[in-house]
Amino acid sequence: MKNLSPTLNYPSIWKKAPFIKNDFLRWFLFISVALYLAAALGTMDINLERIKEGLPRAQRFLDSFFPPNFSDNRGVVWEGIAESIWMAIVSTVAGIALSIPVGLGAARNLAPAWVYLICRGIIAASRTFPEIILAIFAVKLFGFGPFAGFVALALGTIGFYAKLLAEDIENCNPSQAEAVKATGANWFQWVNYSIQPQVMPRMIGLSIYRLDINFRESAVVGIVGGGGIGATLNTAFSRYEFDTAAAILLIIILIVMILEYTSGFMRKWVQ
Amino acid sequence: MPTNQTSGGEIWKQRTDKEQWIRWFFWLISLSVIAYAWQMISEKTIWFFVTDAPNQAADIAARMVPPKWSYIDQLWKPVWDTINIATLGTLIAMVIAGPVAFAAARNTTPNIVVRTAALFIIVSSRSVNSLIWALILVFILGPGVLAGTIAIGLRSVGFCAKLIYESIEEIDHTQVEAIEATGANGAQKMIFGILPQVLPTIAGVAIYRWDINIRESTILGLVGAGGIGLQLNGSLNTLAWTQVSMILLVILVTVFISEWVSAKVRGAII
Repeated sequence: MKNLSPTLNYPSIWKKAPFIKNDFLRWFLFISVALYLAAALGTMDINLERIKEGLPRAQRFLDSFFPPNFSDNRGVVWEGIAESIWMAIVSTVAGIALSIPVGLGAARNLAPAWVYLICRGIIAASRTFPEIILAIFAVKLFGFGPFAGFVALALGTIGFYAKLLAEDIENCNPSQAEAVKATGANWFQWVNYSIQPQVMPRMIGLSIYRLDINFRESAVVGIVGGGGIGATLNTAFSRYEFDTAAAILLIIILIVMILEYTSGFMRKWVQ
Repeated sequence: MPTNQTSGGEIWKQRTDKEQWIRWFFWLISLSVIAYAWQMISEKTIWFFVTDAPNQAADIAARMVPPKWSYIDQLWKPVWDTINIATLGTLIAMVIAGPVAFAAARNTTPNIVVRTAALFIIVSSRSVNSLIWALILVFILGPGVLAGTIAIGLRSVGFCAKLIYESIEEIDHTQVEAIEATGANGAQKMIFGILPQVLPTIAGVAIYRWDINIRESTILGLVGAGGIGLQLNGSLNTLAWTQVSMILLVILVTVFISEWVSAKVRGAII
């Protein structure tokens, strides 16, 4: 048998294939990224003097965080936490109640075109602005306090929950929907017995996730006057009671951890 | 199959009696919790302000139109800052999140202590909102873009690391074994066996987070950490409502563009 291998010139050293095949495109991307980073870092305005001055301050600042003071003299920490929890629960429930019609309308396989466009518009509007901007306006409209925060969080929930609900409905298995339709079900029965069981497990998991998000967000809507633990935290910062602030941050972290474990557990239980 | 016995024979129902009772009980508890929570909130609400809200809304809306178009000249710089905060912040987050993710994934972590520490980093970064990080960092670094960038970075570490470590845990082990069989050492296994499998996730997560960070960096200025939020805060405090509506329009456009860019880039990479 003739030996073919010497005539075929195989490379003897293996090289990793480049991430982008086209040489020109690859270098163009590299150079433009480098240029952008240089420009961006140039505007960063890193003032070393200020940082050097700030470092001992940071040291003192961090020192004053410890030990965290859970029993502050005004007893407002637990009150704020409770208010945040109530806010998170009510705004999640109200937000989801508002999201369900919007989400059904925003699913292409359920809704006619004009309903689809309106509902997608509502979702886009709610997703664009962060909760804190919604909260600023809610505070202007409804006055200071947890009600404004509740409205802001509920509106923020729509953008998140309705979007995911709509996507989940669009990914549903159509054969089950057809089977239920073939039994002569009307629209509500159709949605309830064919779509709802398919999306329910994921939606329950997401609602707990959203409860978790709303709780965390309730810690910041307070900064602009929306009530909850954020108001307490902001007061603690402006009164330089950093040990109280540290306690608040630790409690927030703890509650978020609990919620995260609960959501994992609940998801397993539902599925 | 659960059924109801009636005079006309068996009729199908969705759940057994026991399931029905459990669900009923669950609903009872949930509804009472919600009612109690609502009670607590409404106690602290001044309902006069709430009923007055439509008037307030009409008033503000009237003050906000038309947006002060000429104000855009002063907004280019803040928008540029906002984009930089988001981009550099995401970069910082990815640099930190990589090692944290490898330390947190069950199949690549060196030991349980490191894993616990990594998980704690992830949770605490996720629990504290970027606005609160910014509040702290403005105290340390002084007001400005740098504080905002680091705040965004610290906030994003948890999110990115969580998604990356979950994908590391789901990799296909046969490929790693194959690389190992060639006599590769630990680092080579990591680079040629694990990294190529999670690279699409890493790229996707980075772009997704960048998109979120554009939104978040628009508000950091409220606590003095740079970006367009500074202008927003200033305009709100001086009740310059036409400027506020202009800024909101600019934020809207920026967010739409960033969403479009991230969708395009994600489509090109994955």
